[in-house]
Amino acid sequence: MAKKHTLIDLNSSTADPAVAIAARYGNKPDALLEILHDVQAELGFVPESSLPAIANALNISRAEAYGVATFYHDFHLKPTGKHVIKLCKAEACQSMGGRNLVAAVENFLKIKVGQTTGDGLVTLEATYCLGLCASAPTMMVDDRPVARVDAKKFEAVVEGLRT
Amino acid sequence: MIKIYVPRDSSALAVGANDVANAIAAEASAQNIRVQIIRNSSRGMAWLETFVEVETSKGRVGYGPVEVGDVQRLFAAKFYEGQKHSLCHGLVEEMPYLKNQERLTFVRAGITDPVSISDYVSHGGFEGLRKALALGGSAIVTEVTESGLRGRGGAGFPTGIKWKTVHDAKADQKYVCCNADEGDSGTFADRMVMEGDPFMLIEGMTIAGIAAGATKGFIYIRSEYPEAISTMKQAIQIAVDAKWLGQNIQSTEHSFTLEVRRGAGAYICGEETAMLESLEGKRGMVRAKPPIPALVGLFGKPTIINNVLSFAAVPYILANGGAAYKNYGMGRSRGTLPFQLAGNIRQGGLVEKAFGITLRTLINEFGGGTFTGRPIRAVQVGGPLGSYLPDSQLDLPMDYETFAANMAMVGHGGLVVFDDSVDMAQQARFAMEFCAIESCGKCTPCRIGSTRGAETIDKIVAGENRDANLLLLEDLCQTMTDGSLCAMGGLTPMPVMSAVKHFPEDFDKPIRMAAE
Repeated sequence: MAKKHTLIDLNSSTADPAVAIAARYGNKPDALLEILHDVQAELGFVPESSLPAIANALNISRAEAYGVATFYHDFHLKPTGKHVIKLCKAEACQSMGGRNLVAAVENFLKIKVGQTTGDGLVTLEATYCLGLCASAPTMMVDDRPVARVDAKKFEAVVEGLRT
Repeated sequence: MIKIYVPRDSSALAVGANDVANAIAAEASAQNIRVQIIRNSSRGMAWLETFVEVETSKGRVGYGPVEVGDVQRLFAAKFYEGQKHSLCHGLVEEMPYLKNQERLTFVRAGITDPVSISDYVSHGGFEGLRKALALGGSAIVTEVTESGLRGRGGAGFPTGIKWKTVHDAKADQKYVCCNADEGDSGTFADRMVMEGDPFMLIEGMTIAGIAAGATKGFIYIRSEYPEAISTMKQAIQIAVDAKWLGQNIQSTEHSFTLEVRRGAGAYICGEETAMLESLEGKRGMVRAKPPIPALVGLFGKPTIINNVLSFAAVPYILANGGAAYKNYGMGRSRGTLPFQLAGNIRQGGLVEKAFGITLRTLINEFGGGTFTGRPIRAVQVGGPLGSYLPDSQLDLPMDYETFAANMAMVGHGGLVVFDDSVDMAQQARFAMEFCAIESCGKCTPCRIGSTRGAETIDKIVAGENRDANLLLLEDLCQTMTDGSLCAMGGLTPMPVMSAVKHFPEDFDKPIRMAAE
């Protein structure tokens, strides 16, 4: 049976960067979201083992830190693929064939929304509006917005990520 | 030196504006033509992005949509002298889409470099704050009240009354919070303000700070807007360096500091009390009201919370007087609203007009009809919690009261157009599904009602006890409307019931098919 990870596990490779990041924000509890964003940017995800260290630094309970990390869609508690593609599933994109696009993309990547490709290249996620609704359908490739997406454009973008 | 403008707005970046700018620079250098490329904000004509402008003696001449592959042909046609080309739209200011608007808030859109404070000042920037610094708290509140400005986030609460409440409250610390968690599908005006005219938001919030006696402000920006986040942060630093923000603004006794905070992908944080929780570093759980945030807000202190567009309207109001703003509009909806034409529309983008314009004018005259060229079937106004309107309601004037009387809402001014290929039962189901995904989970009608709602719609569509289930859906919607803590659960019934009411044929397909 795989070892179950618990919040008690302290891991210096994840705790140390988290403690340094929290210090940058003056260990202020109200900066928790900013801290989690930065931890994710540095480590690629928010390891559960970083949460006790953050909680300790901010003088909040571990349950509170865990509660926040799991409430927000942005934070990944597990490693993601090398790139995260967020495909918009909201109304403006639906009106421009977004539903069919989601199906085509899932078919192309051979995964469902929420999953990572076998080669670890892409994690596909749903988002609900990127504010580019006059040029739908849209997606976000890491931090890069892409508009007027169709299956062909999507495939070209993924090809670009391979190189 | 020839001045060439290439927008840096996300809507332009998303169709390759950076590549276009690079290609223009490379080609100019290859041809030995001296050009200065300015990364301006967007005019709001999304279908023409990347919209490249060239300064000529007659004014700016526009070309769009420009792709990298067009750059060589543009140079061959001498576009840098404003010459004709198949992508040329002539003088930008004469384009009907722009000429027929009434831009008070978006007056600088597409014209200035967003992070140039000298551009901002030379185009009327900080005039409002200058006046506000001289006027002081009560007089600012009076001016804003006089303007008739109502909250642009969707609820339409009178801004002057909110500001007066915070002004009158006694506390050792007060706050100003800007809700920039623009999560509604079909809306992007907040993003355009932050990416395109960030000093205007800074100015509006600073005026609010002086009005209320608040010295600290936060801008809560959704993480889906990385460009807006970096532009706002950059602009704040520039404003501090220029003494328009920080301690003793322009050597007066007024001080105001601003901080950007990132959201983390939770739609519910657009609800003001959930946003406050999130700003405090907590789960975005809605608070029960009362107490109202104006009295017990961020960290328990009196807090002005407004949407980006509300703050952005304030510099104009202070500079030109509340009466000038009030001159626009109809009924109790005063001023202008930056409408956002989105979805299946040919000429999508931002159209700022006085209240009172009809949906049909917006969609047909500005928008040019659907993108696909098929007939319009439905328009969702006011985001995912707004009603779906059929063709017969497109002549309603955009006005808070008129829309409320017709079981619809103006919201944040976003319009999502659907053509006749839309399945309205699917749209109704999505409204419930979205509520289930984004509910904070605090109150039962929203948390559980949304899931039961999606299941009930599935049964209706499958023809299972259709009439009884329709009644059940209606009853459930009534419970959500009456019993939810906030607008998330309280307004989800709007898109659902409007779809049932206006498009009943989409809910009895199996029965009809069986009968045929």
